[in-house]
Amino acid sequence: MSHMNPYVYIAFIPLLPLFVFLLLGLFGRRYFKTSSGTTGTISLLVTAALSIYAAYQYFFVSGKTDGVYQKIIAMKYTWLQFSPNVSIDMGIILDPISVMMIVVVSFVSLMVHIFSLGYMKGEERFATYFAFLSLFTFSMLGLVLSSNIFQIYIFWELVGVSSYLLIGFYFEKPSAVAASKKAFIVTRFADLGFLVGILILAFYSGTLDFGVLISRLTSLQSPEFLAITSASFMGASMLTWGLVLVFIGGAGKSAMFPLHVWLPDAMEGPTPVSALIHAATMVVAGVFLVARLFPVFCFDPSALQVVTYTGVFSALIAAVIACTQTDIKRILAFSTMSQIGFMMFALGVSQYGGEQGLGYMASMFHLFTHAFFKSLLFLCAGAVIHLVHSNNMKDMGGLRKIMPVTHISFLIACLAISGIPPFSGFFSKEDILLAAYHSNKLVYAIAVFTSALTAFYMFRLYYAIFWSKGVPSSAAPHGEAAMSMKIPLVILAVCSLLGGFVPIASWVTSDGLPLHTGIDMAFSALPVLLALGGITLATYLYKSENDRPEKIASSLGSFYKLVYHKFYIDEVYLFITKKIIFNCIGAPAAWIDKHIVDGFMNLLASVTEKISYLIKGMQSGKLQNYALYFFCGIVGLAVLFIYITHN
Amino acid sequence: MHPITLTHILFVSTALFFIGMFGLFTRRNMITLLMAVELILNSVNINFVAFNKYLYPGKLDGVFFAIFIITIAAAEAAVAIAIIINLFRSHHSIDVEDASEMKY
Amino acid sequence: MNLSLLIILPTLTAISVLFCKGLKQVRTVSLIGASAQFLSSVGLLMVYWKERAAGNGSQFLFETNISWFAPLNIHYHVGVDGISVAMILLTAFVVIAGVLVSWTQETLNKEFFFLLLLLSVGAYGYFLSLDLFTLFFFLEVAVIPKYLLIGIWGSGKKEYSAMKLALMLMAGSALVFVGLMGLYFNTHVNGVHSFDMVEISKLHIDPEIQNLFFPFAFVGFGIFTALFPFHTWVPDGHSSAPTAASMFLAGISMKLGGYGCLRVATYLMPDAAHYYAPVIILLATIAIIYGAFATMMQKDLKYINAYSSVSHCGFVLLGIGMLTQTSINGAVLQMVSHGLMTALFFAAIGMIYSRTHTRMVQHLGGLLKVMPFISTIFVIAGLCSLGLPGFSGFVAEVTVFVGSWQNPDQWYRLATILACASIVVTAVYILRAAGRSVMGPITDSHFNGLADASWSEKLAAGILITGIVAIGVAPFWIYQLIGPGTEFIVQHFGKFVTLK
Repeated sequence: MSHMNPYVYIAFIPLLPLFVFLLLGLFGRRYFKTSSGTTGTISLLVTAALSIYAAYQYFFVSGKTDGVYQKIIAMKYTWLQFSPNVSIDMGIILDPISVMMIVVVSFVSLMVHIFSLGYMKGEERFATYFAFLSLFTFSMLGLVLSSNIFQIYIFWELVGVSSYLLIGFYFEKPSAVAASKKAFIVTRFADLGFLVGILILAFYSGTLDFGVLISRLTSLQSPEFLAITSASFMGASMLTWGLVLVFIGGAGKSAMFPLHVWLPDAMEGPTPVSALIHAATMVVAGVFLVARLFPVFCFDPSALQVVTYTGVFSALIAAVIACTQTDIKRILAFSTMSQIGFMMFALGVSQYGGEQGLGYMASMFHLFTHAFFKSLLFLCAGAVIHLVHSNNMKDMGGLRKIMPVTHISFLIACLAISGIPPFSGFFSKEDILLAAYHSNKLVYAIAVFTSALTAFYMFRLYYAIFWSKGVPSSAAPHGEAAMSMKIPLVILAVCSLLGGFVPIASWVTSDGLPLHTGIDMAFSALPVLLALGGITLATYLYKSENDRPEKIASSLGSFYKLVYHKFYIDEVYLFITKKIIFNCIGAPAAWIDKHIVDGFMNLLASVTEKISYLIKGMQSGKLQNYALYFFCGIVGLAVLFIYITHN
Repeated sequence: MHPITLTHILFVSTALFFIGMFGLFTRRNMITLLMAVELILNSVNINFVAFNKYLYPGKLDGVFFAIFIITIAAAEAAVAIAIIINLFRSHHSIDVEDASEMKY
Repeated sequence: MNLSLLIILPTLTAISVLFCKGLKQVRTVSLIGASAQFLSSVGLLMVYWKERAAGNGSQFLFETNISWFAPLNIHYHVGVDGISVAMILLTAFVVIAGVLVSWTQETLNKEFFFLLLLLSVGAYGYFLSLDLFTLFFFLEVAVIPKYLLIGIWGSGKKEYSAMKLALMLMAGSALVFVGLMGLYFNTHVNGVHSFDMVEISKLHIDPEIQNLFFPFAFVGFGIFTALFPFHTWVPDGHSSAPTAASMFLAGISMKLGGYGCLRVATYLMPDAAHYYAPVIILLATIAIIYGAFATMMQKDLKYINAYSSVSHCGFVLLGIGMLTQTSINGAVLQMVSHGLMTALFFAAIGMIYSRTHTRMVQHLGGLLKVMPFISTIFVIAGLCSLGLPGFSGFVAEVTVFVGSWQNPDQWYRLATILACASIVVTAVYILRAAGRSVMGPITDSHFNGLADASWSEKLAAGILITGIVAIGVAPFWIYQLIGPGTEFIVQHFGKFVTLK
């Protein structure tokens, strides 16, 4: 920790939102009733500017040594010293992924702040809302900058709680309360895996510091590596266990199957929150976590297999479900899950360094572009919901006429997510597919199919909102949203359009060396054609109101119903929690405590009481009885005395 | 004529003691109870005097104790009769069975 | 610093309360007394640090040793190490908050405050004592007021609860007494038996004797800290007690047990602690998991917090049972953290109850709308309880987990994983309680007119939250405080016990 290091200002990037959170949280209701939005936005503006400056400094000025981007520890303070070697340090690590992430997080957060100025206007808890947004931004920035595996866990929990608070922002709605609870508990369950994974990895590597941990667990000769690979439990090495458990934590946060159930419900929160937390930043924390530990994952193919198949399966299942939903935010939520699945399996099929590391780069690239177009989609959805006061796409239609800016932005985002050149999603998705193609053909096939499905359901959504019918009567008369809501849409639309040209490949790679990628026309043709096919099909079915979709749905019969009910996964969870855990564990525990453990104590007391009732008759109040006892006692003692003295 | 030995005297005092005991356990009238207690005390007195006379003729300790007990008995009789009178005032009875409030 | 000040101050306050007339005088005197205690505790922390910084490396500081009853070699021996300082700070925090939340205690106010202060005398004396007899004396001083506080000012089935609590704690005391006598009669310092902890710790008591008396002492103290299966006084006692008494009970009184388990049972009988570790860990793990699941089914807010205390105090015993320095640090941290957190929780529940007159989760709802301050502290207490980083609960639990994991035994690992699993269950019951009672729509129209917290309640909550956040955000200071204390305890193991 040198005081001369040029990155000290980075500490302000997370600390500024923290300060704003404390300010608004403690005094917001009284002193910042109306100015809290601007306060938060201005501070975020500074944070975003600092982040972009940091990125500039890192990528262009001082990040490289010998052409390789280095891991720079900007600062490190010991926070909790467990034992001489093991400590939780609060540190800041700068490497390509963390620098990229701070830019993404602060930028999207800034957009969401600006959007919220208009969207949340007139809310009673306006100040609280911005306080929570700042808390989330602080936690997320802290998460990506963490240099210690326990530090990341700390911020991991903090983003979880910010997400909980924001999902439950409309706390008077029981559905919002239930959704926030569900989100927290499901991710908490996953965090249990993360925690145990940390304990395993930390125990074998003897450290909690990412740098040391990675270097110890990636050198084949180190005693730590030998220990963790030779120890095994239930047929898998402890390295696999540790990594898979950590991945479970990531899967929970990133809504991977089967821990995805919280994400669709999380849409109960205010829409800008969904854009920030449940689309662009927090949900990719799992991907980030795997990327952070990627060098170690590379030494364990089985853990990577788990990552790959979880990712690709989640991508597919979410895309299938998204085709049948009617709540526009839920469709976007499933599409988020699907896209994160892409990022996950891209990491899974990757290897460390060089051309083999394409998947890693592609995953980060997709994370980057996805943040823009997905937050754009959500913000557009927010603008739409603001207008029609409904989430259901059946209440929408024809909105292109009254909200042109939103319409064009949404269209750009849809094209980007569908992977149509030259929109940003095309570039990142091509890299992912290419990496999958070289590594695992099955994964590739599923991925291509999923990306065609993506184009289909996104355009289904697009047509349902902006075409299909005439303008609904429920639409508010004020027309398109306020300026503060339009500006972020335009900025994000530009980013979605041009984001693909950002040379992530030369910055963010697994080994820090630039990677040269080019567009292979022959390879790109198939996915793009399939995506176009998906769009065409959607146009055919949904552009104008007709009965074709119903016919297809009824011809699919029970399969459609199964998908529509999201494969009944929620119901399975409900069954397990409500019926099994509550009735078969909780209730017996409470019963045993009341009737057996406490019953035993009460039994002791009542036995004592019974005995005293039995013998209380001795205390008759009759003088002669007492005299008799006395006499008997004396006689007994005398006999005893004689017996003792005569023997 | 046989000489009167210690055993004879002890026989008398034991008899007296048990007569007193019998009275104490069977009678209801508190005055009678008091008399029974006096019998018991007197049996002890006889023992003291007899042991002094037969075992330690040169000493007077036993006699002292006897006198001491007589004194105590007198005081005790005064206290007991006071209690009995008070009980009679409150209970209108000197039956010991009627004064059994002090129980559990 | 003269440590006796910490015993004299509350005693004087308690006595002067008896001479007061009317609630205003009583509470003013109590608050002044509690503030004086608070300041002197903080002062103790300062001089303690100064002394340590000056290089004083002895185990106990500021010792006073006066012969009290020479024939039995009983001494009034007080002194502090970091662990005691932490516990004294906890006591001071809870006492001042307890006085503040009882600000409007009308019925028999003089007696109420007198008993509260008497309880604090017991707690201070207990944490300061280095002599086993005075330790036991102060333990008893701290027990009796609880019986009266619950029996007189309680609610619900208060007579039953007060009796249950008093009997079980008395049984605990009796067991402790046997354990202490076992220690006393098996130590010979200069030819006499000794009650002095410092002296006893230097001796090596025959392991068989240790094994015989350790269970008495440990279970005895364990009853105070809700050792399974002797925890059933906790739910009934806490839920019947008036607010301040619940806070004292959970915040201070349960810690007396944990401190005793560590300072007396484990420290003075290290071989036996090692011998019985599997049993301790088993019971602690059961308490953690089973307490958490039992909490999930409760409907009364006080029962929820009381059962969760069973679960959380399990972490204290788990940390002690694991016998590594980190885990013992965690146990101490958990005591402090749980003390503050549960006091805050009970304070919030008390505030809700005094306004809505119900504690049943299903009858409450939407309180965040009408009393945002109280609801917020309720949620903060809940989040601390479920171990959110930034609050003390996280630091303590994580330290216990890491410390437990350092013990390489496979079964202990399993126990650790099970203990970790309880954080999920904790999240379930905390969020259920919070979601039902403070969030959602308002269930009862008469809630609409209810007032938010008064200044004294806000101050009480503020003090406790300050403590919680001070540990949660910057744990290094409390770590440095208790570290040397636990190091002596662990070195003691090194001397006499060979860990596997």
